[in-house]
Amino acid sequence: MTKPDYVLFDKDTTAIIFGNQQAAVQRMLHFDFLAGREKPSVAAIVNPSGGRKGLMKVFYGKDEILLPTYNKLRAAVKNHPDADVVINFASFRSAYDVSVEALNYPSIKTVAIIAEGIPERQTRQLIVLRKKLGKWIIGPATVGGFVAGGFKIGNAGGALSNLLMSKLYRPGSVGFVSKSGGMLNEMANMIALNSDGVYEGIAIGGDKYPGSTLVEHLQRHEANPEIKMMVVLGEVGGDDEYEIVDAIKDGRLKKPLVAWVTGTCAKVFPSEVQFGHAGAMARGEAETADAKNAALKEAGAYVPDSYNDFDKLIHTVYEDLKAKGIIEEKEEVTPREIPVDYDPGTMRRTTNIISTISDDRGDELLYAGIPISEVIRDGYSVGDVISLLWFKKRLPKYVTEFLELTLMITADHGPCVSGAHNTIVTAMAGKDITASVAAGVLTIGPRFGGAIDGAAKYFKDALERGLTPRQFVDEMKAKNINIPGIGHRVKSVHNPDMRVNLLEEWAFANLPKHKLLDFALEVEKVTTAKKNNLILNVDGCIGIVFVDIMHATGIYTEAEIEEIIDSGALNGLFVLGRTIGMVGHFLDQKRLHSGLYRHPWDEVLYMLPSETEVLEYFDTGKKR
Amino acid sequence: MAQRGIREYDAKRILAKHMRRLSKGTFKYRGRVALVTPDMSIEAIAKRQHWVKTEKLTVKPDQLFGKRGKHGLLLVNATYTEAKSWLDEKMNSTVEVGKVRGKLTHFLVQPYVELDKEYYLAFAGHQEGDYIHFSAEGGVDIEANWDLVTNVNVPIDASIEDVDLTPILDSVSNDDRAAFRDLIIALFRFYRRLQFGFLEFNPFTHKNGEFFPVDAVARLDDTAHFLCHEDWKDVEFPAPFGRELRPEEQYIEDLDEKSGSSLKLTVLNPQGRVWTMVAGGGASVIYADTVVDLGFGDELATYGEYSGNPTTEETYGYAKTLFDLMIRNKVEGCKVFIIGGGIANFTDVAMTFDGIIQALEDYAEQIKEHNIKIYVRRGGPNYKAGLAKIREAGKRLDLDMEVHGPDMHMTKVVSIALKNLEGGR
Repeated sequence: MTKPDYVLFDKDTTAIIFGNQQAAVQRMLHFDFLAGREKPSVAAIVNPSGGRKGLMKVFYGKDEILLPTYNKLRAAVKNHPDADVVINFASFRSAYDVSVEALNYPSIKTVAIIAEGIPERQTRQLIVLRKKLGKWIIGPATVGGFVAGGFKIGNAGGALSNLLMSKLYRPGSVGFVSKSGGMLNEMANMIALNSDGVYEGIAIGGDKYPGSTLVEHLQRHEANPEIKMMVVLGEVGGDDEYEIVDAIKDGRLKKPLVAWVTGTCAKVFPSEVQFGHAGAMARGEAETADAKNAALKEAGAYVPDSYNDFDKLIHTVYEDLKAKGIIEEKEEVTPREIPVDYDPGTMRRTTNIISTISDDRGDELLYAGIPISEVIRDGYSVGDVISLLWFKKRLPKYVTEFLELTLMITADHGPCVSGAHNTIVTAMAGKDITASVAAGVLTIGPRFGGAIDGAAKYFKDALERGLTPRQFVDEMKAKNINIPGIGHRVKSVHNPDMRVNLLEEWAFANLPKHKLLDFALEVEKVTTAKKNNLILNVDGCIGIVFVDIMHATGIYTEAEIEEIIDSGALNGLFVLGRTIGMVGHFLDQKRLHSGLYRHPWDEVLYMLPSETEVLEYFDTGKKR
Repeated sequence: MAQRGIREYDAKRILAKHMRRLSKGTFKYRGRVALVTPDMSIEAIAKRQHWVKTEKLTVKPDQLFGKRGKHGLLLVNATYTEAKSWLDEKMNSTVEVGKVRGKLTHFLVQPYVELDKEYYLAFAGHQEGDYIHFSAEGGVDIEANWDLVTNVNVPIDASIEDVDLTPILDSVSNDDRAAFRDLIIALFRFYRRLQFGFLEFNPFTHKNGEFFPVDAVARLDDTAHFLCHEDWKDVEFPAPFGRELRPEEQYIEDLDEKSGSSLKLTVLNPQGRVWTMVAGGGASVIYADTVVDLGFGDELATYGEYSGNPTTEETYGYAKTLFDLMIRNKVEGCKVFIIGGGIANFTDVAMTFDGIIQALEDYAEQIKEHNIKIYVRRGGPNYKAGLAKIREAGKRLDLDMEVHGPDMHMTKVVSIALKNLEGGR
């Protein structure tokens, strides 16, 4: 559905927020909820300094919801093609680069720039760019704006109390434009007290070169049939207001317009005083507030004698339009009830922990949304349960089969490996099952069983970068990193690891494509040529086949696959599988009533320093 | 913040560092300029820069005002001794320029240049580009002879090399065109790359690949500091003439620089009876307007703002500074202090008011002694809590205070406050 050109924001508009602005996002969602929007106005958040991907927890009404966050604008835009607004909270240092990037995405139509202190030349370049692309910039140095009952930019409109007080949850008939962002709420309230309220309020920002001008927004308001009258708050300095004068004179602006230009005080200041806004500095008589107010009045705008009378004049013009029947009485809308943070009666609490995999609160326990009864009655396998609780999806049968296969293959590897050994020693010391199994599990890591993730990661990366097996091996050698998943203490080319053969057989039989496994086998050829125990080991094989499986399902994007690898899910398979064996070893020792283990002396090489060496520095701190 | 004037001395000193590179070796500018200040005498400078003693000199105040010749503040073609005695006479003297009085403290000294021809060149930014204004008839009266100026626009995304400078070059002699082209392009690059908002040389000339700017006016966009600080070479942004920063203003400026929020203070008339502490860049202007509109412009003690959600500590520092200034002079009757503001977007009213309350506690006795009546009007996040707190503090400290929220027109509080004072309209 295409919107008319004069509409920048409406009830369906969604935005990407650049910057980790939880409070601003929360305020947008308060507004959305009050206004009865169908979905939140924030599609995604970009947190450039954050991790790769995550979720932001915010309230929507009294419920908490999660909004996706990214660390790159590109990713957010790609995943949220419907969002056509970027609200750019980047600092003055990077606001320009972020804005250029945002404007260049075809799906983005409007960029609001919040930062104050962007170099004027950069802003001027942005203006040229946005005009060339036919897009809009609001700002810089602004809080933004809002369409009452539709959409609001970041912190515009202020706190919940103000949204209610100024009735911003439903549209009025007045289009309002100001330079000052700080005056946006004040004016919305003033307009609400003296008319049926604001339809749209935009603060273009106090810089010398605003990304869009007062008159550009007024022309949108002129074109919008819902807006019946316009209010402008201008400022000393610049010639924006003369563009309004010209537009009134040549008939581009016909609707009644109430205007006031601030900065009348400048005339009594002894020498040039820079006001808070960068653009607020009169250069020459024409840029003074008095001259602009006079010109606006002369052109036919309603201009009060002082800001003190601004409200009354708005009221008079509004009542006049009502009397003429141009503005019709609208039925008042009741906003949705929203719990308020600081009101103890309806106070919400933010939660401390998020759970997205299981829920024990209802009639029945849920595993990733599936009731436990269904899990049992529909014959879910252990692999299915793992897929629900680990990946939040019921994965296809060949995947769950593979999960179970890995559990079986990794379940045990005899009493001599470090995990089982620790479990046995702990059990022999008389400790219970938890301590004994934990003692074993704690040895799992980069040297024992924990190479699954590493193998998946390094092999995948090498294949994606188009390295040949030899290049990969040479590169790892140059970096002095042992290739995870390659090498075994006892198994070798001549004494192959049956478990690896079984995994490979399974992959060849069940996967239409197994690119990473093929690559790994080529790598193995290179490494075993050097030393015959540098075979693809069981950890490596599990990790590599798992990546091939994730590709085969077509469920996951590259980014998601990387996230699964990074999260440690693959090592989880080894932890889970091997726990079966460790429990077994514990039970075995209990059955045998084994006594305390003591390592035999002759198995230890004793090599102590001499007494003189040890005491050398003790007396004087100097060498004797 | 915005475009700010810099000293002619700085503009020329910086130009000297870049001229050769930006003109690709076609021009040089020796940058023989010195700045005499109360702490740096011409004798001290002469020890390091020998031309000061060997050349004839031009000396003039360098404090961001023009028309120095008309005000009798220009010494030309002077010997070192003449310059020294002129400086001795003028240094630290108070003069009136336009309607501003101020002390002369900074003087530019440069070699005197005999001009056989005076040219005018200025660059000025506007929204879509930058104008090059050029005239072969430069000099003091250029504004009066603006019809002799040729204007060429350089679009913001165009490169200067691609711009047709023919209209400008047509006004100079044939054999001088190539040199002028090189010079204008080099100076324009200087203007653009170093983020000037305005740069004027009037008059200037050139000879054998050397640039001689007699007089320069420059404004830099100080927000570009993060991009240009190396090229700017420790440039200084002096306060406008007659507006040397008071220690209190300096303190607020330092506070502002360290803060992510905005804190601004200009002392207008410390003897004035109308004091304001207003939140927000837009609202602060409107409060000042209203004081002026109601006829108390000459009584307005300060202009300033605090905005962008300053911390309690920062707001305390700001309020304390105001009270400190407020209690220095006693007046007949009373003073009024307006703690104003619109409806904030995201500034936490309760938190900022905590800072103001701390300052009220510090100064409660003096506030009563000086008969200062306090008027509050504010809205925004947590305003109910903020207003309740300050109301309570007013009662507790026994202050003469009135507190209003957003239901009252923003500047109504000004007219209520000013009723306490005699005079006005």
